[in-house]
Amino acid sequence: MFKFRIERAPAPMWTKPLIPIVAILVTFLITSILIILAKANPLQAYYHFLITPLSSTFSALEVLVKATPLILTGIAVTFAFTSGYFNIGAEGQLAAGAIAATWVGITFGNLSPIIAIPLMIIGGFVAGMAWALIPAILKVKLKVDEVVTTLLMNSIIVYFISWLLNGPWRDPISNWPQSPDIGSSAIFFRLIPKSRLHIGFIIALIVVVIVYFLIKKTPLGLRMRASGASKTGAEFAGINVSKTIFIAALVSGGIAGLAGVSEVAGIHYHLIDSISNELGYTGIIVATLGGLHPIGVAISALFIGLIDTGSQTVSRMLGVPVYLGNVVQSALLLVTLGMLLFQNYRIKRL
Amino acid sequence: MDEFIVGLIAATLRVATPLIFATLGELFCERAGVLNLGIEGTMFLGAFVGFTAASMTGSLWIGLLAAAISGILSGLLMSLLSVRLGVNQHVSGLGITLLLISLSLFSYRIIFGESKIPPSINSFDLLKIFSDNPVLGPIFSQYLLTYIAIAIIPVVWYILFRTTFGLNIRAVGENPEATDAAGINVYKLRTSALMIGGALMAIGGSFITLAQLGSFTFGIIAGRGWVCISLVIFGNWHPIKVLLGALLFGGVSALQLRLQLKGLKLPYEIFLALPYIVTIIALTIAGRNASYPAALLKPYKRE
Amino acid sequence: MLAVEMKGISKHFGLVQANQDVHFCLESGEIHALLGENGAGKTTLMRILYGLYRADEGEIFINGNKMEIHSPKDAIAAGVGMVTQHFTLVPTLTVAENIVLGYTNSLTLSQKLIEQKVQAASERFGVSVNSSALVKHLSLGERQRVEILKALYRNAKILIMDEPTAVLVPQEVDILFESLLRLVKNGLSVIFISHKLNEVMTVCDRVTVLRDGKTVGTVNKNETSREKLAKMMVGRETFLDTQRSSRKTGESVYEVKDLTASGQQVVKALDNISFTINANEILGIAGVSGNGQSELTKVLTGILKPTHGSIKLEGQEISRLSPGDLTEAGLGRTPEDRHEGTIGDLTVAENLALEDLNNYTKNNILDQKKIHEDALKKIDEFQIKASPNDRLRTLSGGNMQKVVFARALSRRPKVVIASQPTRGLDVGATEYVRKRLLEERDRGAAVILISEDLDEIMALSDRIAVLYEGCIKGIVPTSEATAEKIGLLMAGVC
Repeated sequence: MFKFRIERAPAPMWTKPLIPIVAILVTFLITSILIILAKANPLQAYYHFLITPLSSTFSALEVLVKATPLILTGIAVTFAFTSGYFNIGAEGQLAAGAIAATWVGITFGNLSPIIAIPLMIIGGFVAGMAWALIPAILKVKLKVDEVVTTLLMNSIIVYFISWLLNGPWRDPISNWPQSPDIGSSAIFFRLIPKSRLHIGFIIALIVVVIVYFLIKKTPLGLRMRASGASKTGAEFAGINVSKTIFIAALVSGGIAGLAGVSEVAGIHYHLIDSISNELGYTGIIVATLGGLHPIGVAISALFIGLIDTGSQTVSRMLGVPVYLGNVVQSALLLVTLGMLLFQNYRIKRL
Repeated sequence: MDEFIVGLIAATLRVATPLIFATLGELFCERAGVLNLGIEGTMFLGAFVGFTAASMTGSLWIGLLAAAISGILSGLLMSLLSVRLGVNQHVSGLGITLLLISLSLFSYRIIFGESKIPPSINSFDLLKIFSDNPVLGPIFSQYLLTYIAIAIIPVVWYILFRTTFGLNIRAVGENPEATDAAGINVYKLRTSALMIGGALMAIGGSFITLAQLGSFTFGIIAGRGWVCISLVIFGNWHPIKVLLGALLFGGVSALQLRLQLKGLKLPYEIFLALPYIVTIIALTIAGRNASYPAALLKPYKRE
Repeated sequence: MLAVEMKGISKHFGLVQANQDVHFCLESGEIHALLGENGAGKTTLMRILYGLYRADEGEIFINGNKMEIHSPKDAIAAGVGMVTQHFTLVPTLTVAENIVLGYTNSLTLSQKLIEQKVQAASERFGVSVNSSALVKHLSLGERQRVEILKALYRNAKILIMDEPTAVLVPQEVDILFESLLRLVKNGLSVIFISHKLNEVMTVCDRVTVLRDGKTVGTVNKNETSREKLAKMMVGRETFLDTQRSSRKTGESVYEVKDLTASGQQVVKALDNISFTINANEILGIAGVSGNGQSELTKVLTGILKPTHGSIKLEGQEISRLSPGDLTEAGLGRTPEDRHEGTIGDLTVAENLALEDLNNYTKNNILDQKKIHEDALKKIDEFQIKASPNDRLRTLSGGNMQKVVFARALSRRPKVVIASQPTRGLDVGATEYVRKRLLEERDRGAAVILISEDLDEIMALSDRIAVLYEGCIKGIVPTSEATAEKIGLLMAGVC
């Protein structure tokens, strides 16, 4: 008989890429129970989930459209988490970016796109930073837990948008609770005709590259990684941990703000109540699945985008409620978290 | 007394009820050393399960029981991740919230379909005490669960400070190593705290469907769970002080509704956002003095 | 009769074999020392007996019965109690609550009742405590008594004490020994973990020596001597005593004046400390642990800001500078706990570069090539067994400490601050670190050596200062320092 013992030691390196794959399989296995409850065939459902969206150019591009804001919020979360700051506020910072983009888009949307679009991007980034400012100050000055404050900031901006849309910004033409459209030169142009894919996707990819470079190749990145891995160790080595965390928190907010710009200028063309639509929270899933590595985050955003698109296909084809997509995403997060710990164990044959 | 004030007090108690239940639930978890960000999702699940079970069986009490059981299961899931496996409490709690909300929405669609008119149930009746008194009458015209919420506060205090179980909970949240060395199973203890906490959170959520509204809507919890997280800090991890925070929050929300009804021209969103702003200010003031349980957020692993 | 018999115990952590086929017997009614150097496996063995660890192999018998001890609960049920080095008390609870924790059958808890019970037990066993006090307000000696009473309250017949004197001043040690001897007369059996020969010879009946995780042997006290035990413990002839020529030291470079700082539990962890140190000199700071060493290290390395007082480096005030600025000013800082002063998840090269990032930055981009090359150089110079890209956490304690030293010393600092530099290191690494400190002194640096290891202080220092309850009790040249003199200062007796 073979005898095995599980012991606490780093698992062999080859297991690392297996984790997401096994996690996906386990998640699908668990969620197939729900599909059966919805009176559908799980295999069929997962076919529509994963394959159908990729089988036509239009829906494959739609996956990229869905992935665009997720790349940005995922990167935003990654940037903050890397420095040990748990920014749960991407949801609200995205909304702040969207508000700024809407304002810039309405005000300057009739100037040349060369002026309007950069202005929107800067405005969205600054607004996202501004919305991240209070929790960041409270964290570094008073050691107030950022998780709670960023969550509260998310709730506050919901009411701010609601006030804007019911009051000063209410669209005078439709009289719906949405803002007037932004000017035509502020609209992100399409990358591919007849698809919704817009330059926001390119912006997101550029942000991935920049953030990768910042984290891995610059002194700021090293300081962030050091602060995140060990606050005491970083402090001892002479790093100003508070300053580092503060910068990371604000930049994180700015990147989340860009996601808001992308949603307004690339998709909706005006501000709506549900502009964030859990994109910020999903960013946490994306960042965790991507192992807090910028490239991994981009890949996992594409995968979550696929599940988003796929859940609509499944809903259309098999009548399974569209919320299955969210269930799969959040279950995947929990399964992955559980599995990451197995990295610390290895099986030894006695 | 002014009718306006009497109505305000009555409404305050009503709004505060779910918060009291859920905050006490969170208090249990945090006293045992686990920050349970699954609270928002657990309240949502409780609201959904309570409503569904009540509308299927026709019994509100079965609905309440079912909600409590769903909360216990949520606590078990949190325990599996954060206690047994030692996953980061922030991320696992948020993950559970996201999962439970989407799971509830999914199940709601499967069970009730996509009807234009949302299904509803006959919610709990008001329990009227002092109904003849013009002042006490309206104030004490509340749901039974509201009276229970008030009554449960001293019960929680007693459990925490005057029972062996409470002593163990307080010990494990401060120093799990010492608790383990005293021969107490840290995992089981934290798990039981999470189960009790989950049940209370879910009951809090179900109050909204079973008593307040009689129906289930998608925005039913709308960040109340996050409010409870801050109420625990605001109340300095003490059950009696938690009541004050819950009443303050409830009071502002109730005032907002009333002023709106009176046709006040102020944007009502300010009042809705006010409690969150007040909480941030309170956190700022409490900031340095907050006496966090020493082992909060730290997973326990015996070598 | 044998109270405890442990047979063939083996236990490993990752790649480290902490216990290997260890045999250990405790007679009823004896005080039995478990002797060995740091890392010999004493604590691991006892944590296995107390159910905190599970042995990989081996059997445990208590009073002749084979036991499966899965948790402290099983150990307590079998009559085993343990007083660990780091007290397992809950600071926010009262003494009585701590003592009954995990050991009460009643559902409810009456404060009055448990306080009465605990007070009664305190009188019965002759271990005095104040049952209604909050533990966070107690001194370390008082906390230890709570721990002992906690074990006795649970009907412990076998008491394990892990380095019980490490936190005590000599007077408290005497009280402890007296009560142990009294308790043993009344039927208690005691296992006494120690690495101090003197106290072992004073209080114990028999001694079992462990070395490198293995049993060396068990001897009766009457049939052995300090020298024989030392030989068993170290496995080689002791002891390096560097010749104390009265060397000439240089000019004063570092001056600490009226330094006061608050700690986590005490308001004045450091109370008006003053000393100066010259170039070419090692100033040893001795003292029983917990008398302000951690706070002093933190203040000197810039982690903790003093509430009062000044520190001058060559006349420049530096007490309020940030850690980074202190490095710039010419301090070689090493942390008390190497795990807290370094970053396990970063690589060796990154850790080495971390203190001097400006030097490794070109056009705002990290100069990876230079980081790598310098790391290779330092690895070679400091004999670190690792490659630049290894994660620091995969290194052994000794190699980690060498990384800490390489980082602190490579810029040839004017002042070197070394705090507990050899704690938990094996013999080879210890010798390397000590040799390195002497080299720094010879190079012309002023070295501050904070250590709880008196032998280390005596062997390396030119002058010795003694910390006691946050005050400097006296500074004596090593040539005039005898162990007795320093011992008295450490006990607060002037």
